[in-house]
Amino acid sequence: MTQLEALAKPREDYAFAFLDPFAKRELRRRMLKAIAIPGYQVPYASRELPIARGWGTGGLQVTLSLVGPDSIIKVIDQGADDSVNAANLRRFITRMSGAETTTDTLAATILQSRHRIPEEVMGEGQTLVLQVPDPEPLRAVQSDSSATHQMHADADYGQLWLVLYEQLVRYKQYLQGASYPSLVNKRYVISPSPIPRWDTPKLHQAAHLTLLSAGREKRLYAVPPYTDVYPLEFDDVPFQVEDQRGWEDRVTRVLNKFMNELPQADGSSQYEISDSGYAQKLTAHLRGETASIGATYYDDEGNFYKDGYLKPPVRPD
Amino acid sequence: MDTSNHPSDRINDAPITLDAPRLTRATPLLRAHGLFKRYGRIVAVEDVSLDVYPGEILGIVGESGSGKSSVLRLLNLEEMPDAGEYTLDLPDMRGVNLFTLDRFQRREVALFHIGIVYQNPHLGLRMRYTSSGNVAERLLVTGERKFATLRQAARDSLAASEFPLNRMDDPPRVLSGGMQQRVQLAKAIALQPRVLLLDEPTTGLDVSVQAAVLDTLKRLQRERQLALVIVSHDLGVIRALADRVMVMRDGRVIEAGLADQVLDDPQHAYTQQLVHAKL
Repeated sequence: MTQLEALAKPREDYAFAFLDPFAKRELRRRMLKAIAIPGYQVPYASRELPIARGWGTGGLQVTLSLVGPDSIIKVIDQGADDSVNAANLRRFITRMSGAETTTDTLAATILQSRHRIPEEVMGEGQTLVLQVPDPEPLRAVQSDSSATHQMHADADYGQLWLVLYEQLVRYKQYLQGASYPSLVNKRYVISPSPIPRWDTPKLHQAAHLTLLSAGREKRLYAVPPYTDVYPLEFDDVPFQVEDQRGWEDRVTRVLNKFMNELPQADGSSQYEISDSGYAQKLTAHLRGETASIGATYYDDEGNFYKDGYLKPPVRPD
Repeated sequence: MDTSNHPSDRINDAPITLDAPRLTRATPLLRAHGLFKRYGRIVAVEDVSLDVYPGEILGIVGESGSGKSSVLRLLNLEEMPDAGEYTLDLPDMRGVNLFTLDRFQRREVALFHIGIVYQNPHLGLRMRYTSSGNVAERLLVTGERKFATLRQAARDSLAASEFPLNRMDDPPRVLSGGMQQRVQLAKAIALQPRVLLLDEPTTGLDVSVQAAVLDTLKRLQRERQLALVIVSHDLGVIRALADRVMVMRDGRVIEAGLADQVLDDPQHAYTQQLVHAKL
């Protein structure tokens, strides 16, 4: 053994959970700030990762700085646990931290997700990490980012309402399908990742912590537990979720969950539940196996679990 | 033969008092004093003071680069001067120098009390949004959240500026120049401000459209008793509208007075030149 080897620590290829301790400390501090100011976009130094920017690096950095050896990880991509992106991220996180993985929403401690919030109601102590491509709700109306900072500081959101006004004048309904701008804690408007309108109400007074992180844009923000989140709407034209009444899961015959539409050769459509972890549990239950199916945000009649928060969908004439 | 002032004709020996002219009794609605503004080495505005009374129209004339648009930008609180005071005679703002307010307060004052129409409609309007949306935006910014109220307010305001209501949901980019100016005007008066600033509002319009827009302006100003500041290099427009005129050159006011007086009997050599070049 040479003298140098005797002095040095034994070689390790990677730090625990890949990120070095300084990076993790910085991210945790940014998260605490984001939780302290709900909806405020906190800038952070986005680190290099072995996946490309735009593939969930923001969410991954948050997950990596929160994960411990006892964590149970669930990774979702468009509702599915088994897509390439979700599988890759899950494998990377467990390899780097030794954490367990699951597809069960209720069992997970950290859920990293792209585009969906699970159907089952998440509880206290769980953390939802959302991957965000564009954190700035004002980007569409103001391309100058120093101007948008000022608009957030002044709570000057008139232009977002103007966009809604234009949609109502031209199309008689709100058009924004995903990342519907929402007011957090009556102060900041956030762009809640590209989750569908169906999922936006789930953030309101939620028991779990939601962290939203954009790796390419280097910004993260949070919706702490039990915080008000209201989608922007006019007093006399209520916000509505996607109208999927009558859409029935092709296996379980369940109604009123967020569905994927599967076009058929004869021109008709079949539907399947978008949340694959939840669908797995339902089919296991049908086969007679034991499955702990939790309460869902929307019941089988399509009623939201918080009474009076959502108006029932109206079909436009 | 007037003998009414003779002491023997007086009843009760009370001295006859005539009311002073209205303009001298009223306090100016808008008062700016000692404005200075410099951009780098260029002095754009130098010691400009002006008063505008409610229901009065002040015209500012001068050639390009004389500082008249800079004055208007200062009055609209878009820019801060290097020195100067600016007050509006409105409840809970009396005696407050608006230039000492912070950015947020300035925005509120400009929003509620000052309307502006630019020469270039691209500066004042969102060309791809509907015309009614452009007007409704002023109310949205103040926190109005009822769609029906917004529609009605936009309709009222556009009607007041004589805009054809069957086109209220067309975007300004498909409208004619005169109609675009009418949308700007509707937007400027949407929140019923007391002060209206016009920066070359009819330049670039043909004469008949120009006359129609000026008629609308004049009517609105009379009905709502607006204090109006109009900047133009077109002396015809100034003569048609303004009560008083201020002539600017190189950032300074070189002559000011009643419109007829200044335009018919100019005293300063430059004003004489300007009037003769035009008429």
